[in-house]
Amino acid sequence: MGDILVKGVAIEVDEDGFIVDPAVWSTDLVEVFAKDEGIEALTEQHWKVINYLRDYFKQYGIAPMIRKLCKDTGFSLKEIYELFPSGPAKGACKLAGLPKPTGCV
Amino acid sequence: MDELKTPLLDELEKGEWPSFVKEIKRAAAKNPGARDLLRQLEASYREKIGHWKHGGIVGVKGYGGGVVGRYSDDPERFPHAKEFHTIRVNQPAGFFYTTKKLRDMADVWDKYGSGLYNMHGSTGDIILLGTTTENLQPCVDELADVGFDLGGSGGALRTPSCCVGQARCATACIDSMEITREITMHYQNELHRPAWPYKFKIKVSACPNDCAAASARSDLAVIGVWRDALLIDQAAVREYVNNGFNIFDRVIRKCPTAAIDWDSQKQELELRTEDCVHCMHCINAMPKALRIGKERGASLLIGGKAPVVKGAMIGWVLVPFMKMEPPFNEFKDLVDKITDWWAEHGKNRERVGELIDRIGLSVFLKEIGLPPLPQMVHAPRSNPYIFWYPEEVEKHGEK
Repeated sequence: MGDILVKGVAIEVDEDGFIVDPAVWSTDLVEVFAKDEGIEALTEQHWKVINYLRDYFKQYGIAPMIRKLCKDTGFSLKEIYELFPSGPAKGACKLAGLPKPTGCV
Repeated sequence: MDELKTPLLDELEKGEWPSFVKEIKRAAAKNPGARDLLRQLEASYREKIGHWKHGGIVGVKGYGGGVVGRYSDDPERFPHAKEFHTIRVNQPAGFFYTTKKLRDMADVWDKYGSGLYNMHGSTGDIILLGTTTENLQPCVDELADVGFDLGGSGGALRTPSCCVGQARCATACIDSMEITREITMHYQNELHRPAWPYKFKIKVSACPNDCAAASARSDLAVIGVWRDALLIDQAAVREYVNNGFNIFDRVIRKCPTAAIDWDSQKQELELRTEDCVHCMHCINAMPKALRIGKERGASLLIGGKAPVVKGAMIGWVLVPFMKMEPPFNEFKDLVDKITDWWAEHGKNRERVGELIDRIGLSVFLKEIGLPPLPQMVHAPRSNPYIFWYPEEVEKHGEK
């Protein structure tokens, strides 16, 4: 649908800015996405959430339910929104390179 | 712009019912988004297929819901419908407006959106139909300036809604508007930031006529009711009868529990209060003569939902009677217990009614601390596959 530039390389994203091919995910990509999502600087806490999401997805093939994410990372939902202003689905999952959430959203 | 040709839709400008095509054409005269919506719709009528792409994840900062993203699947043909997102705006309880408020909202929406609305979405929200991703944040910011916040979407508390209640209805047993407003304000966090397995809806109807369709369309239905005798004005009943109202055919024989009778000799209506199930029929038939009782509160029904996945459910009785007075702490406490238990045990996209169906009503009642009551079931179970807790069996053995 469109491309974004990550270190001079064009990466395909859909209308909502999610990456189309999960294989192209990189830490550089996260830096670029973070700016779109209103995150000034990525901290250790951001990476804790991102790595957790990636590991969970690798193991189970789906994104975790939000309560599970909060429990396992130790962040409250409020803290997740402080880290990712667009929230866990549109913000964190997008940065982690997970497929776009679907259903009655 | 090419000429707007919509022969199929033009047919729908004929006839007596107000035409949605006329409405869209009025908006299309001012707005290219509405114009392309009309062209895309004509194409859908012609080709008999929808032209929206699957899904769409957009939103505003700090919120996890409230906006439903939508993209045209043929943006080259319909460039201004390329992004056509829907914004859900929380409506005032009971849908009462001043023209000033509506004009304020329309000014914002004319500036940032298509100018098209759905007044209202089925859940109750004001639906602003069609805007771009870029316009979302400024639009929502300016709506906040004129006093409107977003409604709910996703795995969250959806926008609560209600009937008009005490604002203009004589059978209202509870202040449905005040309850709806209070619940909406109290649960803003749960409404704006999805944290649950799936959606959860609360609707409030002030009497069993259920004008908000709460029992069918909310996970937790609050339905006003009374528990003393309904009030009878015998002189007014006589007036109905003397004016030719066939009280036997229209009321007495229609009472589902035969709780009322008309004594022709004494010219009096007799009521057996203990048999009355508050179906509302006699009150509806003779509103000038019969009124709701004085001791008022609500019945709470749990589990109402549409068919997916386990089949449609109408809410069933959870609490036969609860007093509903501000600040509604008993009610809020119960909502917290239900949603906590459900969030803990519910599978992804499992409605609370389906979770109770899966785990069992008795476990659910035990977990949220409510006693099992005969009013909760239509009939006792017909099979003998009854579960006992080990401690219950031991106690039984001692006797």
